[in-house]
Amino acid sequence: MIAMSLSRGHVELLQFVRDRTAVVFTFFFPALLLLLFGTIFGSESTDSGVAVSRIFTASMIAYGILNTAFVTMGSGLAMDREDGTLKRLRGTPMPATAYLIGKGLLVFALSLAEVAFLILMGVLVFDMPLPPAGHWVTFAWIFVLSVVACSLLGIAVSGLVKNARNAGAILNVPVVALQFVSGVFIHPMSQLPDWLEKVASIFPVRWMAQGFRYVFLPDEAKVTEIGGAWNLGTVAVVLGVWCVIGLVLCLVTFRWSGRDK
Amino acid sequence: MTAAWSFRRAAQQSTIRSMEAIEVTGLRKTYGGQDAVAGIDLVVARGEIFSLLGPNGAGKTTTVEILEGHRRRTAGDVRVLGEDPGTAGSAWRARIGIVLQDADDAADLTVHEMVRHIGGFYPDPRPADEAIELVGLTAKRNSKIRTLSGGQRRRVDVALGIVGRPELLFLDEPTTGFDPEARRRFWDLIRTLAGDGTTILLTTHYLDEAEALADRLAVVSAGRIVAEGTPATLGGRGAAEARVSWTENGVTRVEQVTDPSDLIRHLVASGADLSTLTITRPTLEDTYLSLIGAAR
Repeated sequence: MIAMSLSRGHVELLQFVRDRTAVVFTFFFPALLLLLFGTIFGSESTDSGVAVSRIFTASMIAYGILNTAFVTMGSGLAMDREDGTLKRLRGTPMPATAYLIGKGLLVFALSLAEVAFLILMGVLVFDMPLPPAGHWVTFAWIFVLSVVACSLLGIAVSGLVKNARNAGAILNVPVVALQFVSGVFIHPMSQLPDWLEKVASIFPVRWMAQGFRYVFLPDEAKVTEIGGAWNLGTVAVVLGVWCVIGLVLCLVTFRWSGRDK
Repeated sequence: MTAAWSFRRAAQQSTIRSMEAIEVTGLRKTYGGQDAVAGIDLVVARGEIFSLLGPNGAGKTTTVEILEGHRRRTAGDVRVLGEDPGTAGSAWRARIGIVLQDADDAADLTVHEMVRHIGGFYPDPRPADEAIELVGLTAKRNSKIRTLSGGQRRRVDVALGIVGRPELLFLDEPTTGFDPEARRRFWDLIRTLAGDGTTILLTTHYLDEAEALADRLAVVSAGRIVAEGTPATLGGRGAAEARVSWTENGVTRVEQVTDPSDLIRHLVASGADLSTLTITRPTLEDTYLSLIGAAR
Protein backbone atom coordinates (compact mmCIF):
# COMPACT_ATOMS: atom_id res chain seq x y z
CA MET A 1 0.00 0.00 0.00
CA ILE A 2 2.76 2.46 0.96
CA ALA A 3 4.84 1.35 -2.03
CA MET A 4 1.84 1.79 -4.36
CA SER A 5 1.12 5.28 -3.01
CA LEU A 6 4.75 6.33 -3.38
CA SER A 7 4.80 4.94 -6.90
CA ARG A 8 1.68 6.98 -7.72
CA GLY A 9 3.23 10.10 -6.19
CA HIS A 10 6.41 9.60 -8.22
CA VAL A 11 4.48 9.20 -11.47
CA GLU A 12 2.25 12.20 -10.69
CA LEU A 13 5.30 14.42 -10.13
CA LEU A 14 7.02 13.17 -13.28
CA GLN A 15 3.94 13.94 -15.33
CA PHE A 16 3.47 17.37 -13.76
CA VAL A 17 7.01 18.62 -14.34
CA ARG A 18 6.93 17.33 -17.93
CA ASP A 19 3.72 19.25 -18.70
CA ARG A 20 5.03 22.74 -19.44
CA THR A 21 1.58 24.39 -19.43
CA ALA A 22 0.85 23.09 -15.94
CA VAL A 23 4.23 24.20 -14.66
CA VAL A 24 3.86 27.71 -16.08
CA PHE A 25 0.22 28.35 -15.17
CA THR A 26 0.05 26.60 -11.83
CA PHE A 27 3.52 27.23 -10.58
CA PHE A 28 4.85 30.48 -11.98
CA PHE A 29 1.63 32.43 -12.32
CA PRO A 30 1.34 33.43 -8.63
CA ALA A 31 4.99 34.44 -8.70
CA LEU A 32 4.40 36.59 -11.77
CA LEU A 33 1.43 38.30 -10.11
CA LEU A 34 3.52 38.90 -7.01
CA LEU A 35 6.26 40.46 -9.11
CA LEU A 36 3.75 42.75 -10.87
CA PHE A 37 1.75 43.80 -7.80
CA GLY A 38 4.85 44.14 -5.69
CA THR A 39 6.61 46.31 -8.27
CA ILE A 40 3.59 48.51 -9.08
CA PHE A 41 2.54 49.18 -5.47
CA GLY A 42 5.81 48.30 -3.77
CA SER A 43 7.03 51.72 -2.71
CA GLU A 44 3.82 52.62 -0.88
CA SER A 45 3.38 51.67 2.71
CA THR A 46 0.24 51.10 4.75
CA ASP A 47 -0.93 52.91 7.87
CA SER A 48 1.18 50.48 9.88
CA GLY A 49 4.30 51.46 7.96
CA VAL A 50 4.81 48.05 6.34
CA ALA A 51 5.77 48.00 2.66
CA VAL A 52 2.91 46.88 0.43
CA SER A 53 5.18 44.45 -1.41
CA ARG A 54 5.72 42.54 1.84
CA ILE A 55 1.98 42.34 2.44
CA PHE A 56 1.52 41.01 -1.09
CA THR A 57 4.21 38.41 -0.57
CA ALA A 58 2.53 37.09 2.56
CA SER A 59 -0.98 37.14 1.08
CA MET A 60 0.11 35.68 -2.24
CA ILE A 61 1.19 32.50 -0.46
CA ALA A 62 -2.53 31.82 0.04
CA TYR A 63 -3.05 32.22 -3.71
CA GLY A 64 -0.10 29.93 -4.42
CA ILE A 65 -1.60 27.18 -2.28
CA LEU A 66 -5.01 27.62 -3.92
CA ASN A 67 -3.30 27.05 -7.26
CA THR A 68 -1.12 24.10 -6.30
CA ALA A 69 -3.74 22.37 -4.13
CA PHE A 70 -7.27 23.32 -5.23
CA VAL A 71 -6.67 23.83 -8.96
CA THR A 72 -4.12 21.01 -9.38
CA MET A 73 -6.33 18.55 -7.53
CA GLY A 74 -9.57 19.62 -9.20
CA SER A 75 -8.35 19.75 -12.78
CA GLY A 76 -6.05 16.72 -12.26
CA LEU A 77 -8.96 14.53 -11.18
CA ALA A 78 -11.21 15.75 -13.98
CA MET A 79 -8.42 15.00 -16.46
CA ASP A 80 -7.74 11.55 -14.97
CA ARG A 81 -11.41 10.68 -15.30
CA GLU A 82 -11.48 11.77 -18.92
CA ASP A 83 -8.21 10.37 -20.32
CA GLY A 84 -8.65 6.89 -18.85
CA THR A 85 -6.14 7.13 -15.98
CA LEU A 86 -8.76 6.27 -13.38
CA LYS A 87 -10.36 3.61 -15.52
CA ARG A 88 -7.00 1.94 -16.06
CA LEU A 89 -6.06 2.07 -12.38
CA ARG A 90 -9.43 0.73 -11.34
CA GLY A 91 -8.75 -2.38 -13.42
CA THR A 92 -5.57 -3.09 -11.45
CA PRO A 93 -5.23 -4.32 -7.84
CA MET A 94 -4.30 -0.77 -6.73
CA PRO A 95 -6.75 0.57 -4.12
CA ALA A 96 -8.38 4.00 -4.60
CA THR A 97 -6.61 5.25 -1.47
CA ALA A 98 -3.19 4.79 -3.12
CA TYR A 99 -4.33 6.98 -6.01
CA LEU A 100 -5.54 9.74 -3.68
CA ILE A 101 -2.41 9.57 -1.52
CA GLY A 102 -0.34 9.83 -4.70
CA LYS A 103 -2.24 12.98 -5.68
CA GLY A 104 -1.79 14.26 -2.13
CA LEU A 105 1.97 13.75 -2.35
CA LEU A 106 2.05 15.70 -5.61
CA VAL A 107 0.02 18.54 -4.11
CA PHE A 108 2.17 18.70 -0.96
CA ALA A 109 5.42 18.72 -2.92
CA LEU A 110 4.12 21.38 -5.31
CA SER A 111 2.73 23.55 -2.51
CA LEU A 112 6.00 23.40 -0.56
CA ALA A 113 7.99 24.33 -3.67
CA GLU A 114 5.53 27.11 -4.57
CA VAL A 115 5.61 28.63 -1.09
CA ALA A 116 9.40 28.38 -0.94
CA PHE A 117 9.61 30.11 -4.32
CA LEU A 118 7.29 32.95 -3.25
CA ILE A 119 9.14 33.47 0.03
CA LEU A 120 12.47 33.48 -1.80
CA MET A 121 11.10 36.10 -4.15
CA GLY A 122 9.85 38.22 -1.26
CA VAL A 123 13.25 38.03 0.40
CA LEU A 124 15.36 38.66 -2.71
CA VAL A 125 13.21 41.14 -4.63
CA PHE A 126 11.25 42.96 -1.93
CA ASP A 127 13.69 42.77 1.02
CA MET A 128 11.21 40.88 3.18
CA PRO A 129 12.96 39.72 6.36
CA LEU A 130 12.37 36.09 7.37
CA PRO A 131 10.09 35.75 10.40
CA PRO A 132 11.35 34.79 13.88
CA ALA A 133 11.68 31.06 14.66
CA GLY A 134 8.44 30.86 16.65
CA HIS A 135 6.38 32.00 13.68
CA TRP A 136 7.46 28.97 11.63
CA VAL A 137 5.44 26.69 13.91
CA THR A 138 2.34 28.77 13.14
CA PHE A 139 3.32 28.71 9.48
CA ALA A 140 3.49 24.90 9.55
CA TRP A 141 -0.02 24.34 10.86
CA ILE A 142 -1.61 27.01 8.67
CA PHE A 143 0.19 25.53 5.67
CA VAL A 144 -0.94 21.97 6.41
CA LEU A 145 -4.56 22.96 7.14
CA SER A 146 -4.67 25.13 3.99
CA VAL A 147 -3.25 22.42 1.71
CA VAL A 148 -5.55 19.73 3.14
CA ALA A 149 -8.69 21.89 2.95
CA CYS A 150 -7.94 23.12 -0.58
CA SER A 151 -7.08 19.62 -1.85
CA LEU A 152 -10.24 18.05 -0.44
CA LEU A 153 -12.39 20.85 -1.87
CA GLY A 154 -10.59 20.43 -5.21
CA ILE A 155 -11.50 16.72 -5.26
CA ALA A 156 -15.11 17.53 -4.38
CA VAL A 157 -15.44 20.26 -7.03
CA SER A 158 -13.83 18.07 -9.74
CA GLY A 159 -17.05 16.05 -9.76
CA LEU A 160 -18.89 19.11 -11.10
CA VAL A 161 -16.54 19.43 -14.07
CA LYS A 162 -18.13 17.74 -17.06
CA ASN A 163 -15.34 18.36 -19.53
CA ALA A 164 -11.73 18.31 -18.40
CA ARG A 165 -10.67 20.93 -20.95
CA ASN A 166 -12.85 23.45 -19.10
CA ALA A 167 -11.60 22.44 -15.66
CA GLY A 168 -8.98 25.18 -15.37
CA ALA A 169 -11.47 27.88 -16.32
CA ILE A 170 -14.23 26.61 -14.03
CA LEU A 171 -11.94 26.16 -11.04
CA ASN A 172 -10.41 29.60 -11.49
CA VAL A 173 -13.76 31.38 -11.11
CA PRO A 174 -13.97 30.82 -7.34
CA VAL A 175 -10.19 31.17 -7.02
CA VAL A 176 -9.94 34.58 -8.67
CA ALA A 177 -13.17 35.90 -7.13
CA LEU A 178 -11.99 34.94 -3.67
CA GLN A 179 -8.59 36.63 -4.18
CA PHE A 180 -10.37 39.96 -4.66
CA VAL A 181 -12.65 39.72 -1.65
CA SER A 182 -10.31 37.92 0.76
CA GLY A 183 -7.60 40.53 1.17
CA VAL A 184 -5.09 39.00 -1.25
CA PHE A 185 -5.32 41.40 -4.21
CA ILE A 186 -7.05 44.17 -2.26
CA HIS A 187 -5.83 44.88 1.23
CA PRO A 188 -6.97 45.92 3.78
CA MET A 189 -10.30 44.14 3.52
CA SER A 190 -12.03 47.02 5.32
CA GLN A 191 -12.31 48.67 1.88
CA LEU A 192 -14.98 46.10 1.00
CA PRO A 193 -18.69 46.64 1.65
CA ASP A 194 -19.64 45.18 4.99
CA TRP A 195 -21.79 42.37 3.52
CA LEU A 196 -19.05 41.29 1.09
CA GLU A 197 -16.58 41.17 3.93
CA LYS A 198 -18.96 38.85 5.78
CA VAL A 199 -19.47 36.60 2.77
CA ALA A 200 -15.71 36.38 2.15
CA SER A 201 -15.16 35.43 5.77
CA ILE A 202 -17.16 32.23 5.25
CA PHE A 203 -14.52 30.92 2.85
CA PRO A 204 -11.05 29.69 3.77
CA VAL A 205 -8.98 32.08 1.61
CA ARG A 206 -9.42 35.11 3.87
CA TRP A 207 -8.18 33.13 6.85
CA MET A 208 -5.28 31.57 4.98
CA ALA A 209 -4.07 34.99 3.85
CA GLN A 210 -4.56 36.49 7.31
CA GLY A 211 -2.61 33.63 8.88
CA PHE A 212 0.29 34.02 6.49
CA ARG A 213 0.36 37.78 7.10
CA TYR A 214 0.72 37.05 10.81
CA VAL A 215 3.69 34.80 10.04
CA PHE A 216 5.55 37.18 7.74
CA LEU A 217 4.61 40.70 8.88
CA PRO A 218 5.59 42.58 12.03
CA ASP A 219 3.03 42.47 14.82
CA GLU A 220 2.01 46.14 14.39
CA ALA A 221 0.58 45.26 10.93
CA LYS A 222 -2.42 43.72 12.71
CA VAL A 223 -4.11 47.14 12.79
CA THR A 224 -4.99 46.65 9.10
CA GLU A 225 -6.76 43.35 9.78
CA ILE A 226 -10.47 43.24 10.44
CA GLY A 227 -10.98 43.84 14.17
CA GLY A 228 -7.34 44.94 14.46
CA ALA A 229 -6.17 41.47 15.57
CA TRP A 230 -4.67 38.33 13.98
CA ASN A 231 -7.37 36.03 15.38
CA LEU A 232 -5.29 32.87 14.91
CA GLY A 233 -7.87 30.82 16.82
CA THR A 234 -10.53 31.66 14.25
CA VAL A 235 -8.04 30.87 11.44
CA ALA A 236 -7.57 27.37 12.90
CA VAL A 237 -11.29 26.78 13.43
CA VAL A 238 -12.41 27.98 9.98
CA LEU A 239 -9.71 26.00 8.13
CA GLY A 240 -10.42 22.93 10.29
CA VAL A 241 -14.14 23.13 9.54
CA TRP A 242 -13.40 23.42 5.79
CA CYS A 243 -11.21 20.30 6.01
CA VAL A 244 -14.17 18.41 7.49
CA ILE A 245 -16.62 19.83 4.92
CA GLY A 246 -14.20 18.93 2.13
CA LEU A 247 -13.74 15.39 3.43
CA VAL A 248 -17.50 14.82 3.69
CA LEU A 249 -18.07 16.20 0.17
CA CYS A 250 -15.31 13.91 -1.16
CA LEU A 251 -16.79 10.83 0.44
CA VAL A 252 -20.23 11.68 -0.94
CA THR A 253 -19.23 12.76 -4.45
CA PHE A 254 -16.06 10.82 -5.38
CA ARG A 255 -16.49 8.66 -8.45
CA TRP A 256 -14.07 6.77 -10.66
CA SER A 257 -15.67 7.57 -13.99
CA GLY A 258 -16.87 10.67 -15.80
CA ARG A 259 -20.31 9.24 -16.50
CA ASP A 260 -22.80 7.76 -14.07
CA LYS A 261 -22.83 4.01 -14.42
CA MET B 1 5.71 -11.79 0.62
CA THR B 2 2.55 -12.17 2.65
CA ALA B 3 0.50 -10.27 0.08
CA ALA B 4 1.81 -12.37 -2.80
CA TRP B 5 1.10 -15.54 -0.84
CA SER B 6 -2.48 -14.58 -0.06
CA PHE B 7 -3.08 -13.60 -3.70
CA ARG B 8 -1.88 -17.02 -4.80
CA ARG B 9 -3.97 -18.77 -2.18
CA ALA B 10 -7.08 -16.90 -3.27
CA ALA B 11 -6.29 -17.93 -6.83
CA GLN B 12 -6.02 -21.60 -5.90
CA GLN B 13 -9.23 -21.57 -3.89
CA SER B 14 -11.31 -20.16 -6.71
CA THR B 15 -9.76 -22.59 -9.20
CA ILE B 16 -11.24 -25.32 -7.08
CA ARG B 17 -14.57 -23.51 -6.98
CA SER B 18 -15.00 -23.06 -10.70
CA MET B 19 -13.65 -24.65 -13.83
CA GLU B 20 -15.12 -21.97 -16.07
CA ALA B 21 -13.42 -18.60 -16.50
CA ILE B 22 -16.69 -16.75 -17.16
CA GLU B 23 -20.26 -17.79 -16.41
CA VAL B 24 -23.09 -15.39 -17.20
CA THR B 25 -26.82 -16.07 -16.91
CA GLY B 26 -29.63 -13.69 -17.72
CA LEU B 27 -27.42 -10.58 -17.78
CA ARG B 28 -29.35 -7.34 -18.23
CA LYS B 29 -28.31 -3.72 -18.18
CA THR B 30 -30.90 -0.98 -18.46
CA TYR B 31 -30.24 2.73 -19.06
CA GLY B 32 -33.27 4.93 -18.48
CA GLY B 33 -35.74 2.14 -19.28
CA GLN B 34 -33.83 1.02 -22.41
CA ASP B 35 -32.15 -2.38 -22.46
CA ALA B 36 -28.52 -2.09 -23.53
CA VAL B 37 -28.05 -5.74 -22.63
CA ALA B 38 -31.29 -7.69 -22.82
CA GLY B 39 -30.56 -11.10 -21.32
CA ILE B 40 -27.21 -12.64 -22.20
CA ASP B 41 -26.07 -16.15 -21.27
CA LEU B 42 -22.42 -16.94 -21.78
CA VAL B 43 -19.90 -19.57 -20.70
CA VAL B 44 -16.19 -19.22 -21.44
CA ALA B 45 -13.95 -22.15 -20.46
CA ARG B 46 -10.50 -21.68 -18.98
CA GLY B 47 -7.78 -21.41 -21.58
CA GLU B 48 -10.24 -20.57 -24.33
CA ILE B 49 -10.08 -17.64 -26.77
CA PHE B 50 -13.66 -16.43 -26.96
CA SER B 51 -14.69 -13.65 -29.30
CA LEU B 52 -17.72 -11.37 -29.06
CA LEU B 53 -18.80 -9.89 -32.37
CA GLY B 54 -21.48 -7.34 -33.03
CA PRO B 55 -22.20 -3.92 -34.48
CA ASN B 56 -21.58 -0.70 -32.53
CA GLY B 57 -24.24 -0.23 -29.88
CA ALA B 58 -25.05 -3.96 -29.73
CA GLY B 59 -24.07 -4.15 -26.07
CA LYS B 60 -20.62 -5.75 -26.44
CA THR B 61 -18.68 -3.12 -24.55
CA THR B 62 -21.37 -2.83 -21.86
CA THR B 63 -21.22 -6.60 -21.36
CA VAL B 64 -17.42 -6.64 -21.20
CA GLU B 65 -17.32 -3.69 -18.80
CA ILE B 66 -19.72 -5.51 -16.47
CA LEU B 67 -17.43 -8.57 -16.57
CA GLU B 68 -14.42 -6.34 -15.83
CA GLY B 69 -16.13 -4.83 -12.80
CA HIS B 70 -16.30 -1.36 -14.38
CA ARG B 71 -20.10 -1.25 -14.56
CA ARG B 72 -22.92 -2.48 -12.40
CA ARG B 73 -25.51 -4.79 -13.89
CA THR B 74 -29.27 -4.38 -13.63
CA ALA B 75 -30.00 -8.10 -13.32
CA GLY B 76 -28.49 -11.54 -13.88
CA ASP B 77 -25.82 -13.76 -12.39
CA VAL B 78 -22.18 -13.15 -13.28
CA ARG B 79 -19.12 -15.16 -12.21
CA VAL B 80 -15.67 -14.23 -13.46
CA LEU B 81 -12.86 -16.48 -12.21
CA GLY B 82 -15.38 -17.70 -9.65
CA GLU B 83 -16.22 -14.25 -8.25
CA ASP B 84 -18.87 -11.60 -8.76
CA PRO B 85 -17.07 -8.69 -10.51
CA GLY B 86 -19.48 -6.25 -8.87
CA THR B 87 -18.07 -7.02 -5.42
CA ALA B 88 -14.67 -8.62 -6.09
CA GLY B 89 -11.62 -6.98 -4.51
CA SER B 90 -8.02 -6.35 -5.40
CA ALA B 91 -6.96 -10.05 -5.15
CA TRP B 92 -9.41 -10.74 -8.00
CA ARG B 93 -8.18 -7.74 -10.00
CA ALA B 94 -4.65 -9.11 -9.72
CA ARG B 95 -5.81 -12.13 -11.76
CA ILE B 96 -7.42 -10.27 -14.65
CA GLY B 97 -5.89 -8.04 -17.29
CA ILE B 98 -7.79 -5.32 -19.11
CA VAL B 99 -6.75 -3.78 -22.40
CA LEU B 100 -8.56 -0.46 -22.64
CA GLN B 101 -10.09 0.63 -25.92
CA ASP B 102 -9.79 4.41 -25.83
CA ALA B 103 -7.39 5.42 -23.07
CA ASP B 104 -5.23 8.48 -23.60
CA ASP B 105 -3.47 8.57 -20.25
CA ALA B 106 0.17 8.87 -19.17
CA ALA B 107 1.10 10.82 -22.30
CA ASP B 108 4.13 12.35 -20.58
CA LEU B 109 5.57 9.07 -19.29
CA THR B 110 7.85 6.81 -21.29
CA VAL B 111 6.68 3.35 -22.32
CA HIS B 112 9.02 1.72 -19.82
CA GLU B 113 8.06 4.05 -16.95
CA MET B 114 4.35 3.36 -17.42
CA VAL B 115 4.67 -0.42 -17.83
CA ARG B 116 6.91 -0.68 -14.78
CA HIS B 117 4.56 1.56 -12.78
CA ILE B 118 1.44 -0.49 -13.54
CA GLY B 119 3.34 -3.76 -13.12
CA GLY B 120 4.24 -2.65 -9.60
CA PHE B 121 0.60 -3.05 -8.51
CA TYR B 122 0.61 -6.82 -9.18
CA PRO B 123 1.91 -9.54 -6.86
CA ASP B 124 3.95 -11.35 -9.54
CA PRO B 125 4.38 -9.10 -12.58
CA ARG B 126 6.38 -9.71 -15.73
CA PRO B 127 9.54 -7.59 -15.91
CA ALA B 128 8.56 -4.37 -17.74
CA ASP B 129 11.05 -5.02 -20.52
CA GLU B 130 9.59 -8.49 -21.12
CA ALA B 131 6.06 -7.08 -21.49
CA ILE B 132 7.38 -4.38 -23.84
CA GLU B 133 9.26 -6.98 -25.88
CA LEU B 134 6.12 -9.14 -26.16
CA VAL B 135 4.22 -6.30 -27.86
CA GLY B 136 7.21 -5.45 -30.05
CA LEU B 137 7.88 -1.98 -28.64
CA THR B 138 11.44 -2.48 -27.43
CA ALA B 139 12.69 0.17 -29.86
CA LYS B 140 10.22 2.66 -28.29
CA ARG B 141 11.06 1.71 -24.70
CA ASN B 142 12.28 5.20 -23.76
CA SER B 143 9.90 7.20 -25.92
CA LYS B 144 7.19 9.29 -24.32
CA ILE B 145 3.78 7.75 -24.92
CA ARG B 146 2.65 11.11 -26.36
CA THR B 147 5.01 10.62 -29.32
CA LEU B 148 3.73 7.15 -30.33
CA SER B 149 1.45 6.44 -33.29
CA GLY B 150 -2.12 5.25 -32.67
CA GLY B 151 -1.19 1.62 -33.23
CA GLN B 152 1.86 1.84 -30.97
CA ARG B 153 -0.27 3.48 -28.31
CA ARG B 154 -2.67 0.50 -28.41
CA ARG B 155 0.30 -1.85 -28.07
CA VAL B 156 1.24 -0.06 -24.86
CA ASP B 157 -2.32 -0.78 -23.68
CA VAL B 158 -1.76 -4.45 -24.47
CA ALA B 159 1.56 -4.45 -22.58
CA LEU B 160 -0.23 -2.90 -19.59
CA GLY B 161 -2.94 -5.56 -19.84
CA ILE B 162 -0.48 -8.46 -19.71
CA VAL B 163 2.20 -7.09 -17.36
CA GLY B 164 0.44 -8.63 -14.32
CA ARG B 165 0.41 -12.16 -15.84
CA PRO B 166 -3.40 -12.34 -15.89
CA GLU B 167 -5.32 -15.61 -15.90
CA LEU B 168 -8.03 -13.87 -17.91
CA LEU B 169 -7.39 -11.10 -20.40
CA PHE B 170 -10.07 -8.74 -21.72
CA LEU B 171 -9.34 -7.29 -25.14
CA ASP B 172 -11.84 -4.72 -26.39
CA GLU B 173 -11.17 -4.00 -30.07
CA PRO B 174 -7.43 -4.24 -29.50
CA THR B 175 -6.10 -3.94 -33.06
CA THR B 176 -7.89 -0.77 -34.14
CA GLY B 177 -5.24 1.38 -35.85
CA PHE B 178 -2.68 -1.43 -36.23
CA ASP B 179 -0.87 -1.81 -39.52
CA PRO B 180 -1.18 -5.31 -41.08
CA GLU B 181 2.20 -6.44 -39.84
CA ALA B 182 1.52 -5.28 -36.28
CA ARG B 183 -1.81 -7.10 -36.39
CA ARG B 184 -0.17 -10.37 -37.40
CA ARG B 185 2.40 -9.97 -34.63
CA PHE B 186 -0.39 -9.20 -32.20
CA TRP B 187 -2.23 -12.37 -33.25
CA ASP B 188 0.94 -14.37 -32.58
CA LEU B 189 1.16 -12.80 -29.13
CA ILE B 190 -2.46 -13.73 -28.35
CA ARG B 191 -1.81 -17.32 -29.47
CA THR B 192 1.30 -17.46 -27.28
CA LEU B 193 -0.64 -16.17 -24.26
CA ALA B 194 -3.45 -18.65 -24.91
CA GLY B 195 -0.85 -21.40 -25.29
CA ASP B 196 0.37 -20.57 -21.78
CA GLY B 197 -3.17 -21.09 -20.48
CA THR B 198 -4.46 -17.49 -20.44
CA THR B 199 -8.20 -17.22 -21.07
CA ILE B 200 -8.96 -14.45 -23.56
CA LEU B 201 -12.18 -12.57 -24.17
CA LEU B 202 -11.85 -10.61 -27.39
CA THR B 203 -14.32 -8.16 -28.86
CA THR B 204 -13.56 -7.07 -32.37
CA HIS B 205 -14.98 -5.58 -35.56
CA TYR B 206 -12.57 -7.55 -37.71
CA LEU B 207 -14.07 -10.87 -38.71
CA ASP B 208 -10.75 -12.17 -40.03
CA GLU B 209 -9.32 -11.51 -36.59
CA ALA B 210 -12.07 -13.49 -34.88
CA GLU B 211 -11.68 -16.27 -37.42
CA ALA B 212 -7.90 -16.41 -36.99
CA LEU B 213 -7.92 -16.37 -33.19
CA ALA B 214 -11.16 -17.51 -31.62
CA ASP B 215 -11.87 -21.04 -30.43
CA ARG B 216 -15.49 -20.05 -30.10
CA LEU B 217 -17.43 -16.89 -30.81
CA ALA B 218 -20.81 -15.30 -30.27
CA VAL B 219 -22.62 -12.62 -32.24
CA VAL B 220 -24.37 -9.94 -30.17
CA SER B 221 -27.12 -7.84 -31.69
CA ALA B 222 -29.52 -5.48 -29.90
CA GLY B 223 -28.36 -6.71 -26.50
CA ARG B 224 -28.81 -10.43 -27.18
CA ILE B 225 -26.67 -13.28 -28.42
CA VAL B 226 -28.10 -14.24 -31.81
CA ALA B 227 -25.62 -17.01 -32.63
CA GLU B 228 -22.81 -18.88 -30.96
CA GLY B 229 -20.35 -21.47 -32.24
CA THR B 230 -16.88 -22.04 -33.62
CA PRO B 231 -15.68 -19.87 -36.52
CA ALA B 232 -16.36 -22.84 -38.88
CA THR B 233 -19.87 -23.63 -37.64
CA LEU B 234 -21.29 -20.25 -36.58
CA GLY B 235 -24.84 -19.64 -37.77
CA GLY B 236 -25.00 -22.97 -39.63
CA ARG B 237 -21.98 -22.02 -41.72
CA GLY B 238 -20.52 -25.56 -41.59
CA ALA B 239 -23.72 -27.07 -42.97
CA ALA B 240 -24.25 -24.44 -45.64
CA GLU B 241 -24.18 -25.57 -49.27
CA ALA B 242 -21.10 -24.99 -51.38
CA ARG B 243 -21.49 -22.91 -54.51
CA VAL B 244 -19.68 -24.52 -57.46
CA SER B 245 -19.20 -22.50 -60.62
CA TRP B 246 -17.44 -23.29 -63.92
CA THR B 247 -17.64 -22.44 -67.63
CA GLU B 248 -19.18 -24.83 -70.12
CA ASN B 249 -19.18 -23.91 -73.84
CA GLY B 250 -18.71 -20.25 -72.96
CA VAL B 251 -21.63 -20.26 -70.51
CA THR B 252 -21.15 -19.84 -66.74
CA ARG B 253 -22.77 -22.71 -64.84
CA VAL B 254 -23.53 -22.57 -61.09
CA GLU B 255 -24.71 -25.37 -58.81
CA GLN B 256 -25.38 -25.44 -55.05
CA VAL B 257 -24.44 -28.75 -53.43
CA THR B 258 -23.87 -30.04 -49.91
CA ASP B 259 -20.81 -32.06 -50.87
CA PRO B 260 -19.12 -30.96 -54.11
CA SER B 261 -17.05 -34.21 -54.46
CA ASP B 262 -19.47 -36.07 -56.75
CA LEU B 263 -20.06 -33.06 -58.96
CA ILE B 264 -16.32 -32.42 -59.40
CA ARG B 265 -15.68 -36.11 -60.18
CA HIS B 266 -18.42 -35.99 -62.79
CA LEU B 267 -17.05 -32.80 -64.34
CA VAL B 268 -13.51 -34.20 -64.53
CA ALA B 269 -14.81 -37.41 -66.14
CA SER B 270 -16.81 -35.43 -68.72
CA GLY B 271 -13.65 -33.54 -69.73
CA ALA B 272 -15.14 -30.13 -68.92
CA ASP B 273 -12.89 -27.03 -68.91
CA LEU B 274 -12.15 -26.46 -65.22
CA SER B 275 -9.80 -23.47 -65.60
CA THR B 276 -12.48 -21.15 -64.16
CA LEU B 277 -13.75 -23.56 -61.47
CA THR B 278 -14.52 -22.00 -58.06
CA ILE B 279 -16.02 -23.57 -54.96
CA THR B 280 -17.19 -21.09 -52.32
CA ARG B 281 -18.90 -21.36 -48.98
CA PRO B 282 -20.36 -18.38 -47.09
CA THR B 283 -17.50 -16.46 -45.42
CA LEU B 284 -17.67 -15.62 -41.75
CA GLU B 285 -18.51 -12.11 -42.89
CA ASP B 286 -21.48 -13.32 -45.00
CA THR B 287 -22.74 -15.34 -42.04
CA TYR B 288 -22.23 -12.46 -39.66
CA LEU B 289 -24.01 -9.95 -41.87
CA SER B 290 -26.99 -12.23 -42.39
CA LEU B 291 -27.16 -12.87 -38.64
CA ILE B 292 -27.20 -9.24 -37.60
CA GLY B 293 -29.45 -8.41 -40.57
CA ALA B 294 -31.99 -10.99 -39.45
CA ALA B 295 -31.84 -9.78 -35.87
CA ARG B 296 -32.69 -6.22 -36.83
